[in-house]
Amino acid sequence: MKQVAQKPGRIKTLKIDGRDVAGGENQVILDVAREHNIFIPTLCYIEGLSVSGGCRLCLVEITGIPKLVPSCTTRVEEGMEVFTDTERLRKYRMMMLELIFSERNHVCSVCVSNRNCELQSLARRLGMTHVRYPYRYPKLQVDASHNKFAIDHNRCTLCTRCSRICHDIEGAHTWSTMGRGINNRMITDLNQPWGETETCTSCGKCVNICPTGALFEKGKSVAEMVKKPKSLPYLLHTREES
Amino acid sequence: MTNEELNAIAKAEQESKERFEHEVCVCTAAGCLSAGGDKVKDALTGEIARQGKDKKCSVKGVGCLGLCAKGPLVAVESHGKKDKLYEGVTLEDVPAIVQTLEATETKGAAAAGLERSMDEPFFASQVKVVLENMGKIDPEHIEDYIAVGGYQTLYKALTEMSPTDVIGEVTKSGLRGRGGGGYPTGLKWSTVAKANGGATKYVICNADEGDPGAFMDRSVLEGDPHRVIEGMAIAAYAIGAHQGFIYVRAEYPLAIKTLKNAIRQAEKMGLLGKNICGTTFSFELHLRLGAGAFVTGEETALIASVEGRRGMPRPRPPYPAERGLWDCPTLINNVETFANIPAVIREGGVWFAAIGTEKSKGTKVFALAGSIVNTGLIEVPMGTRLRDIIFDIGGGIPEGRRYKAVQTGGPSGGCIPEQFLNMPVDYESLQQVGSIMGSGGMIVMDETSCMVDVARYFMEFCMSESCGKCTPCRVGTAQMYDILCKITEGHATLEDMDMLIELSDLVKNTSLCGLGQSAPNPVLSTLRYFKDEYMAHIVDKTCPAGVCKICSPAKEPVEVKS
Ligand SMILES: Cc1cc2nc3c(=O)[nH]c(=O)nc-3n(C[C@H](O)[C@H](O)[C@H](O)COP(=O)(O)O)c2cc1C
Ligand code: SF4
Ligand code: SF4
Ligand code: SF4
Ligand code: SF4
Ligand code: FES
Ligand code: FES
Repeated sequence: MKQVAQKPGRIKTLKIDGRDVAGGENQVILDVAREHNIFIPTLCYIEGLSVSGGCRLCLVEITGIPKLVPSCTTRVEEGMEVFTDTERLRKYRMMMLELIFSERNHVCSVCVSNRNCELQSLARRLGMTHVRYPYRYPKLQVDASHNKFAIDHNRCTLCTRCSRICHDIEGAHTWSTMGRGINNRMITDLNQPWGETETCTSCGKCVNICPTGALFEKGKSVAEMVKKPKSLPYLLHTREES
Repeated sequence: MTNEELNAIAKAEQESKERFEHEVCVCTAAGCLSAGGDKVKDALTGEIARQGKDKKCSVKGVGCLGLCAKGPLVAVESHGKKDKLYEGVTLEDVPAIVQTLEATETKGAAAAGLERSMDEPFFASQVKVVLENMGKIDPEHIEDYIAVGGYQTLYKALTEMSPTDVIGEVTKSGLRGRGGGGYPTGLKWSTVAKANGGATKYVICNADEGDPGAFMDRSVLEGDPHRVIEGMAIAAYAIGAHQGFIYVRAEYPLAIKTLKNAIRQAEKMGLLGKNICGTTFSFELHLRLGAGAFVTGEETALIASVEGRRGMPRPRPPYPAERGLWDCPTLINNVETFANIPAVIREGGVWFAAIGTEKSKGTKVFALAGSIVNTGLIEVPMGTRLRDIIFDIGGGIPEGRRYKAVQTGGPSGGCIPEQFLNMPVDYESLQQVGSIMGSGGMIVMDETSCMVDVARYFMEFCMSESCGKCTPCRVGTAQMYDILCKITEGHATLEDMDMLIELSDLVKNTSLCGLGQSAPNPVLSTLRYFKDEYMAHIVDKTCPAGVCKICSPAKEPVEVKS
């Protein structure tokens, strides 16, 4: 679903965690929460890209709605009462983080993104001390066929930020997903090695937006890969200007 | 096409039918076809000619007659009355059946053994609305459908009713979506009708039918395709759409062939296309084939697939009624929902609402499968007791075995144990006992089924059908499946059981779409009613039903706290 760049629209007043806040009718709960310095964990959401709603870390509770809703896709409404940090949510978020860590092979100590990784900092911030679910230890590859970048599937969280920035902003449509369920995996073009794709412009946007050590520049060693996700708002801004 | 023309076709069909004393209807739907129904049909045609009876007897292929596992089935109508039904017909039986046709009094000895009494509860207890034409009309001939009043309802809607009237009638009927969710159909229609006036709108028929063991929608499409087309055209008129899509899984080649043919015929007769029945209303209908993923049955994933993208769900709202196909307001209903529409408009919403229960109106088609005598397709009023469906209509459990549970709702549903056999089958009651109506699959299990193994089977299904988009469903179902395997292999501990329960709760409450949200249901319902079986595997390291091969017997006796 394409997120249309919209004006905030008419002002709605609502409560987040007991605080009175205001947001535009076209804004999602997450944006309004951030504007008011209320922290909601996210992994797949990036302002300015189409939304995925896949990681489920940003779920919140709303009074009167029995289901949990993703704050990155739900628009604010007048009189809404949102809770972002209940015991139930904390429990679910922790479980989801543990599931992500159990899914692939995250060995931080030898990772290019060690100490510069959004997944890692989320785990630290949410207080994850260990993973209770059995590690699945999948056998996954590293594709280093591209002359500048590489993807290590062992560190991928399937957040699809890379594919969305490549579609929405660069327009190259290089990334997509393949395989069902636990066998889901990011691919370039029609599952060609990245270096042999015809679409990739080597712009590096996907590498910079990737929250983990899955996408990195070649030549970076352990803990050397620092991402620049902040370049996106700048990019969007300059495009609007021109 | 005007009403007079429709009547003329109907009359001509009726007359040509009356020229024959006997009409031999051979089931050529998928079930009987795989048992050789088409060969039986050819043999019957040949034999009738050989015995010189072709002036009196006609032969035609029809849709599902209901007793699918006993195929090929042959029904004989004599002098306009249903007369006999033969099951398990082989080529050798054909001469005897043809002989019996004339000797109405003295039944042919050989064929008598194959005869099914029509007074059995299997036939007598059913109420047919959706399946009213099933087994009576030849799905390949639109004239046959017109002869039983087909397309007259569309004509009536277009010429005598306003779109609001049509929606009013559907709302009055209380019809609820048969695709699983049970959402009120009238409400959905009026939402789409009201969505941004003037915008392009679409109608989609969901014929993805991915539940294992379910074949209701396939049978309707194979046996009475025009009914669904007529229902869709009425819906399009009601909401103001001019284009529609039927999304069928590619694994249904016969349904696809039948539909293609039906759409072509309807177009030729001016019942689809421009200026239908001479009115200003136009409606084009297209087929879209799905690659057969369970998740593409989910409406937003289905829409993505029709648009040519990978069939993955997206968060709702916005609902398709607001922003659906190519971001236009879209009405999406299930095959059986559309198949109810001609009856609702023809007989009126009040008539329909008189069938069924307070909150679940009308009838429901079920596919009976598993450990049950009469495997096949049935239709009963909502609220029919589970016991009546399984033991009267279904004929009970074969070989004197004991009933254990019935699984309804497929991989999203639950297992219902013996103590609830007297409950009425409707949306609310099923939910109360931890299952769902789903699309109408009923898999009956007896004492030889292990409930942990059943839960493991459905979890494996959900795990491999998960699209992988969201964390809880993608990773959670895989972890749950591993735990269930551990239990059935006898390696699990009580901590594993806690983890299974905890994961069920997570996956149910945090997944993005209905697949993940309902994936834990089979586990939760078996845990609720058959916890002792889980315990037997974990603590005693035995499988009470003798299904699971537990390789490591308990090393030393395990103390059970009482
Ligand atoms: C995983 C999943 C699979 C589904 N499969 C089907 C299906 O095969 N057929 C169907 O009609 N609806 C299916 N649905 C329900 C549809 O999303 C949708 O609610 C339905 O088609 C609406 O039609 P109705 O209102 O007539 O029931 C499925 C839902 C989910 C979550
Ligand atoms: S991607 Fe992040 S969490 Fe994974 S190994 Fe690297 S630093 Fe650790
Ligand atoms: S480098 Fe640019 S073009 Fe290439 S895959 Fe990444 S975002 Fe797409
Ligand atoms: S490679 Fe990075 S950005 Fe792409 S899906 Fe994996 S974790 Fe997300
Ligand atoms: S719940 Fe499962 S099928 Fe549905 S979006 Fe999430 S991963 Fe895909
Ligand atoms: S941030 Fe909302 S679902 Fe991922
Ligand atoms: S397929 Fe022939 S009776 Fe159902």
